[in-house]
Amino acid sequence: MTLSNQQKTEDVAAGIRKRVFLHTMRNNGGYLSQACSAAESLAFLYNEALKLGEPTLPKVPLPFSGVPSASNPDAFTGAGYHGPFAPEYDRFIISPAHYALVIYSALIQMGRMDEHALDHFNRDGGSVEMIGAEHSPGMEVTTGSLAQGLSMASGIAWARKRKDEQGLVWVYMSDGEFQEGQTWECLAAMAYHGIDNIRVVVDVNRQQCDGAMSSVLDLGDLPARVSSFGVTCRSIDGHDLDAFRKAADSTEAGKPLIILANTSPYQGMEFLKKRFPRLHYVRFKSAEERQEMQSAIAAELRIDEAEIARI
Amino acid sequence: MVEIVNRPYAKAFETFATARPEVLCLSADLTSSCEIDGFRDRHPDQFLSLGMAEQNMLSFAGGLAMQGFRPFLHTFSVFLYRRPYDQLINSIAYSNRKVRLMGFLPGITTPGGITHQAIEDISVMRAIPNMTILECGDATEVETVLEVADSIDGPVYVRVLRGEVPRLFSTPFEFNKLRTLSEGDDVLVVTSGVCTEEALRAAEPLKNRGIGIHHLHVSTLKPFDRDGLIRVARGKKGVVTLENHTINGGLGSLVAEILAEEGLGVKLRRLGLQDTFAHGASKPYLMKKYGLDASALVAAIGDVLGKTLDIPDAELEAVRLDTVHSAQKAEAL
Ligand SMILES: Cc1ncc(C[n+]2csc(CCOP(=O)(O)OP(=O)(O)O)c2C)c(N)n1
Repeated sequence: MTLSNQQKTEDVAAGIRKRVFLHTMRNNGGYLSQACSAAESLAFLYNEALKLGEPTLPKVPLPFSGVPSASNPDAFTGAGYHGPFAPEYDRFIISPAHYALVIYSALIQMGRMDEHALDHFNRDGGSVEMIGAEHSPGMEVTTGSLAQGLSMASGIAWARKRKDEQGLVWVYMSDGEFQEGQTWECLAAMAYHGIDNIRVVVDVNRQQCDGAMSSVLDLGDLPARVSSFGVTCRSIDGHDLDAFRKAADSTEAGKPLIILANTSPYQGMEFLKKRFPRLHYVRFKSAEERQEMQSAIAAELRIDEAEIARI
Repeated sequence: MVEIVNRPYAKAFETFATARPEVLCLSADLTSSCEIDGFRDRHPDQFLSLGMAEQNMLSFAGGLAMQGFRPFLHTFSVFLYRRPYDQLINSIAYSNRKVRLMGFLPGITTPGGITHQAIEDISVMRAIPNMTILECGDATEVETVLEVADSIDGPVYVRVLRGEVPRLFSTPFEFNKLRTLSEGDDVLVVTSGVCTEEALRAAEPLKNRGIGIHHLHVSTLKPFDRDGLIRVARGKKGVVTLENHTINGGLGSLVAEILAEEGLGVKLRRLGLQDTFAHGASKPYLMKKYGLDASALVAAIGDVLGKTLDIPDAELEAVRLDTVHSAQKAEAL
């Protein structure tokens, strides 16, 4: 699976699902359902929408080099995998930090990170953390405390507008973040200040840690709620690439664009449906359970099970 | 061999809460991570799901308390005080409301990185008037902390341990009383939380070398058993504190304050995060890296005694309990 950036977006999405699945099986658990819901969104963003330069960090992820401080010149952020900061390039802020495994897989699939970079995942002393932090590949801000990414991105966008930079600010969010008040405070601020160089894609999979959002704290008519804040809101089928293309082209002057990507937490891995509503982190209670899932999903993804045994 | 108790909180909370109808169980989308999923399923009338919205949860709990309910809030430690700090002060602490904040995965016991690691919670909570701070160090304390917390007339913050928890103590959590784990004349060691288990690893090797350690375990951080500390600190060659927290504002700081106020003039070494954020990695790795482990404790004891204690890691490893913690549920944050 060596990849150029000439891939079809469908293939990028398939590659993301496959990589997250392989990793989950090899490591006895993982954020698998997030790959199901997010694959098309991230494939569309990385392969079509984002205007990014070549990575500035080595393809093999660096070890963790200490927390940021005035006395630590070695601290870095994972934004380098999105290329250099330049006025003409876009920025991509990832807010749900627990989607890290999916993001890393997307970076590998896009050839921005080494083919074996996931071997560094959740390893002591590494930067490829389970919950991404700003030193983790693809991350520019520390967003493991959810619902802060949008606000930081808005600040970046406002500042870029002030400086007449052409590049856009894209944000990836999860729907759980719409339970935190800060998200709504930010929508109000973005609308009020007419921040129109920002594009937000939300993975509306209607899932959260405890299960279906409807059983925890329902979001109700999310498109109506978001729209009422005076932003441009497009609610689409989050597995339909044409719908993404259309939505991304449908900006309105003076308004931020929020694309609500309505997704399924088992898209492409129907077997996971059996686990509903416990999908947040897929783990196995027994070897049999693991084997059953492995065979079923490998068949769905047309993966030779022998590939899973590779160390 | 040390007994390992699986999910002690789950059972303890259910027994405790079902006997007290005014107790309400609040959750912020980390229900199974806080071991209250069984309670939710079996006692839905006593359970309130508030979603991932901690600021609202804290103020909401203030309202419940005003009406005579005693809300027990469940989420990771960090999410109880960082984001909803203003709510904690104004909806709960100022009015001295009986709200119980049950904080899971304290300090560096989580691999979730700085966003998940409550490393300054005790410091922040200590600064809040009316607040009581409790910290569990073993399964017995997890099992018996609920009644203690519930007996307090005012807000309480508890650092809870989850998953597979060792049983170190045979007597229940006693409010504002230090536990004496060993007596000795040379150095006073004061530990709390998971650091107590860690410190116990150094006990035998130190004893074998003829060093007298007086070891205190702290489970009530605010208020603090001041007299209990002074009594045994007097006359020691040094004091060492070890905590799963930054050294600023937590156990080390409060011991320093007391030693200074009493004019004891005894040397003090504070072990813990040395004014730094940590990052995401396993608990044993982080404890070693940031000097929260038995070998760091041995080095600090040597330091206050003015000698080098050559205790090889292997000797400390030999009594490690980690192996029996095999199925520790680190993932699924
Ligand atoms: C402020 C905050 N509260 C709680 C958590 C713990 N947590 C991690 S993921 C999550 C919710 C998951 O829902 P969502 O964001 O929609 O992600 P998905 O279900 O798609 O994985 C929660 C509550 C957190 N990371 N940040």
